[in-house]
This record gives sequence, structure tokens and C-alpha cells, in this order.
Amino acid sequence: METLYSVTVGILTACSVFLILRGRSFPVVVGITMLSYAVNLFLFSTGRLTIDGAPILGTQESYADPLPQALVLTAIVIGFAMTAYSIILAVRARGEIGTDEVNDQNNSTEGKR
Amino acid sequence: MWQQHLAILPILIPLFTALIQLLPWGNRPQPKRRAIGLAASLLTLTAAIFLLFEVRQQEMLIYQLGNWEAPFGIVLMVDKLSAMMMLITAILALPVLIYGCFSEDNLGSHFQALFQFQIMGIMGAFATGDIFNLFVFFEVLLISSYALLMHGGGKFRVRATLHYVLLNLLGSALFLIGIGTLYGVTGTLNMADMAGHIQQLDGDQAVLAKAGALVLLVVFGLKAAILPLHFWLPQAYSTTTGVVAALFAIMTKVGVYSIIRVYSLMFGPEANELALVAHDWLWVMGLLTMLAGSAGIMAARDLRLLVAYLVVISIGTMIAAFSFASTATTGAALFYLVHSTFITGALFLLADLMAYERGKTASRIVSGKKMANHSTYAIMFLLAAISIIGLPPLSGFISKLMILESATANSHSFVLWGAVLSATLVMLVSISRVGSKMIWHTLSGKPSEQSAPAGKRIAVALLLLLSLLMTVFASPIRDYTTEVAEQLDDVASYPMFVLGQQAETTP
Repeated sequence: METLYSVTVGILTACSVFLILRGRSFPVVVGITMLSYAVNLFLFSTGRLTIDGAPILGTQESYADPLPQALVLTAIVIGFAMTAYSIILAVRARGEIGTDEVNDQNNSTEGKR
Repeated sequence: MWQQHLAILPILIPLFTALIQLLPWGNRPQPKRRAIGLAASLLTLTAAIFLLFEVRQQEMLIYQLGNWEAPFGIVLMVDKLSAMMMLITAILALPVLIYGCFSEDNLGSHFQALFQFQIMGIMGAFATGDIFNLFVFFEVLLISSYALLMHGGGKFRVRATLHYVLLNLLGSALFLIGIGTLYGVTGTLNMADMAGHIQQLDGDQAVLAKAGALVLLVVFGLKAAILPLHFWLPQAYSTTTGVVAALFAIMTKVGVYSIIRVYSLMFGPEANELALVAHDWLWVMGLLTMLAGSAGIMAARDLRLLVAYLVVISIGTMIAAFSFASTATTGAALFYLVHSTFITGALFLLADLMAYERGKTASRIVSGKKMANHSTYAIMFLLAAISIIGLPPLSGFISKLMILESATANSHSFVLWGAVLSATLVMLVSISRVGSKMIWHTLSGKPSEQSAPAGKRIAVALLLLLSLLMTVFASPIRDYTTEVAEQLDDVASYPMFVLGQQAETTP
């Protein structure tokens, strides 16, 4: 299970890094969203992976660490809000600058003309 | 009764103020919001002053939120460093807010409330003793800073903000990875408790923790704008409005604070296998940051861009000095931190004023029309320049002297001397160029008719006055920063305070 889990996190991260290195804001935003999924999964696994474990001490043989779950919840909420904001911002930048390119001086002025 | 809640007041006051300011206040809401904001800033300042005195007496204030016991619940841990940072935030906020109240806040909606949320996030980041809570407060201050950076709108601002937001989202993701790694290894999130666990690590676990520590360094380096991660800063700070840039003078210091906190408490000299993991990096990166900043100010063709690069240089100086890991240099670096926060804030506001009165030439470093209040700005600029460059007699000189003097015990000190002094020379040359172009060589003809409100000039004068005060009261301030550095060195006292105070804290 650990191998499958870590491979999943790894592939998600690799894809997100690829997307973040693109030159247009839309893939970058998608990449950052994907990275936040990878990070959430990673954070979840820091309490060690257990199957059939209640997050309460003394009720069962095996128990799960509840803290990473709380952390992931917080991270999901914050990540969600930030993603929404960055999408709005990217749309507005597209409208004002006239292009989706993240970093260019020439195209943006041409787009304005 | 209220003293026991003192530690959380600087967070609560801005929070409730912002909520109240968001209420619909009738047809002309702005004057009421301004009055509330100014009153609240004064209140925050008072609370921060009380907090400093209280901390000086009791060494450290621990506030257990919801009375959950220390390693399990979140605590606020206000030591001398936190109290100092909170006080300079509160002091900086007041003149900046006064400046903002002269119709700067009408450029976009809800400036006043966002300003208070920003202060709340910064105060929280300084106060918290829990590393995940630090992340949360980072997000609070970041999301207000995203909105504030956009304040006023415009093409360039939107683009600079987009870069800033995307970079910081990446930074937040890395922050979570770093925290997750450290939690996986140590099983705690409380910074003082984590420090104790890190001392006992060895083998694979130590390597994992080292990876976590260095990931965190990238995050804090991004916030503080250390060399390979500083490229967002000049663009963001030079395109935003002057008042926001001045407030952001404290934002890079949040990064510096986090570096000092994490790498002296958790990865300090007593962390056995992980002792001083980051300090070699900090030393090299600090020096290179100074170099990059110096290149930047030489190339800058705009006063605001130049000031932004001055921020980069000051960060480099602080980080390089901190990497010596001795009590004396840390104390000196903290003194420099206080000085540079106020003076860069003043310079951003001054650049904004000058840009307004120069009209068409704005803040570009070219000869332009005479400004309406030319002589006032000339004197202000001279004072600010003397202070930021580090010429005698103002606080810049004292703080740089302290850094150089305190470093002499170390064998690397000649490198620091060379770097700081050459950066100073470059600053002297570049700022003299600004002074002669923008103030001395003005075009003949009528002076500009646009005159900024007197209140804005007073706000800048207040910030400059702080530099003068720091010169006059250099000795007590130095005593305090030395105390801060001594407390930071005494790593063993942190777990004692944080974990050993279950009985007599909050209800």
C-alpha cells in the first residue's frame, strides 16, 4: 500500500511540476491545483498509513493519527480558496493584458494595440 | 484580568476592527472606517507596548488557546523576539495608515479592512508557537496581501500580482511538505517540543528532518526574498501603490523572522546531528543577495524600483549577519532589522509623494519639474538617504557599525566587511545619482502645481523621526536586541516555558 501511495503522490507531483513550468497562466493554475492535491495526500500520509484504525486511543488494536487529517482539512480549505482567487486573477490578467502568457513584454503590448 | 490575554490582543484587535469596518456604514462610510482603523491601530500599538514590557519582565508569555495543553493544543509563544517584531509592526502600521487615509484608500474597495487583516496575519505569524499555525497565519497575511497588492488596479499591477500569487501558492505547497516531513519524523507541531525531539534524531530520521528543514528554508527564503527567490520582489513592490509597498516593508521581515525562529530554536547549535543545517546556505545566499541587490540599484531607472532593491540588500545583510550564529551578530542583525523596516517604509512613501508631485516624470530617475514642496522633500530625502546608506550619524550607520564590529570574532568576518562596505558604496553612488537627478537638477520654469496633502508629509516625517529616535536611543534598543539574541541562544528555556506551564495559564 505504501508503494502505491507514494507512486501516486510522486506522479501527481511530477505532472504538476511539468504544468507549472508552462508559459501560460491556465496550465500553471491547473498545475498548482494538482500540486495541492499531491501535498494533501502527502500530508495525510505523515501520520503513517493504517487500515481499519479508529482515530481514538484504546478502542482498537490499531489506531490512526487524527492530527494529519485535521491538517489536511485545513490545507484543503485554504488551497481551495487560493485556487479560486488565482483563477479569478488569471482571468482578469487575461482580460487586461490581452494574453494568457505569464511572462512576456512584447506580446502583451501587441495585444493591447 | 486582561493581562493574561495580552498575548492575543494584537491579533484580536485588528481582526474585530476589520470585521466592524466591513459593515455597511451608510452613504459616506470612508470617514467612519478611517476613524475606526486609526483608533484600532493606536490600540494595537498600546497592546504591543504593554506586551513588550510584560515579556521583558516574565521572559516569555505562553497563551494556550482554548486551554488545550501545550504539545497537543496550539499555543501562542511570545518571547522577546516576537514582542519586538509585533511592536515594530504596530509602530510601522500607524504612519502608513495615516498616509493611506488621505484618499489612498479610495483607489479600491475595502482597503481599510484588508489593511487590518494584513496586520492580524503578521501579528499572528510573530506570536504563534506552533508551526502549522504559522502556516495558517502566513496564509492569512498572504491572502490580504494579494488583495492589497492589486489595490488601485491597472495592467502592470495585475501581472505583478499574478506572479506573486502563483509563486506564493507554490511556496505554501512547499511549506506543507516541509511541515509534513517534520511532523512525520518528530510527531509534534509545537516548535519548542519539536526542538527537543530533533535533538534526539539520528540516522535516517535525521536525514529526513534535514530535508524538511531545507524545504522550509526555501519557503522562508521566498518570503524574505533571498537570492534565487527574490525576483518577484522588485516588480511587485515597485508597481503597487506606495502605501501598500510601505506596509510590505514588514512582510519580508516575516520571512526573516521565521528563518531566525526556526533555525535558532529547532535547528540551532544544540540540535546535535542537525545543528546549524541552514547556516552555511544562509551565509552564501545572504552575500549573493547583497550582490544582486547592489546590481539592481545600479541598474534601476525608477526610484521605486531602486527602493525595492534596497530592501533586497538589507535582507541580504541581515541574513549574512545571522548566519554567524553568535549572540552578538544576531543582536546587531536585529537592530538592523528594526532600522531597515522603518527606513524602507519611509522611502516607499517618499517616492510615492515625489512621484505624485513631479507629475509626468513620476518616479523615473530623470530631471523633471520642480516639486511644489521641493525643499521639504529634499530634506526628507537627504535624511532618508543618510540613514539607509549608513552614513554617520543616523541609525543606519550605528546598525551597520554594530554588525561589522560584532562579526570580528569570526574568521569569515573580512568577507562580511567587504560585502557590506561595497554594498554601502554602491548605495551611496546610486542614491546620490537619484538625489542629483530628481532634486538638484530640476528643469527651469514654474514648479509643479500638484501638492500632496500635508498629512501625507507628516506621515513620512513620523517614519523618518523613528530613525532619529533610534539614533538617540540606540543604547537601550541595543540592550534589548542583545537580550533577544541571548534568549534565542538559550534554546533549553523554550521547552521549559512552553511545556512546563500547564497550571497557571489561561482559564
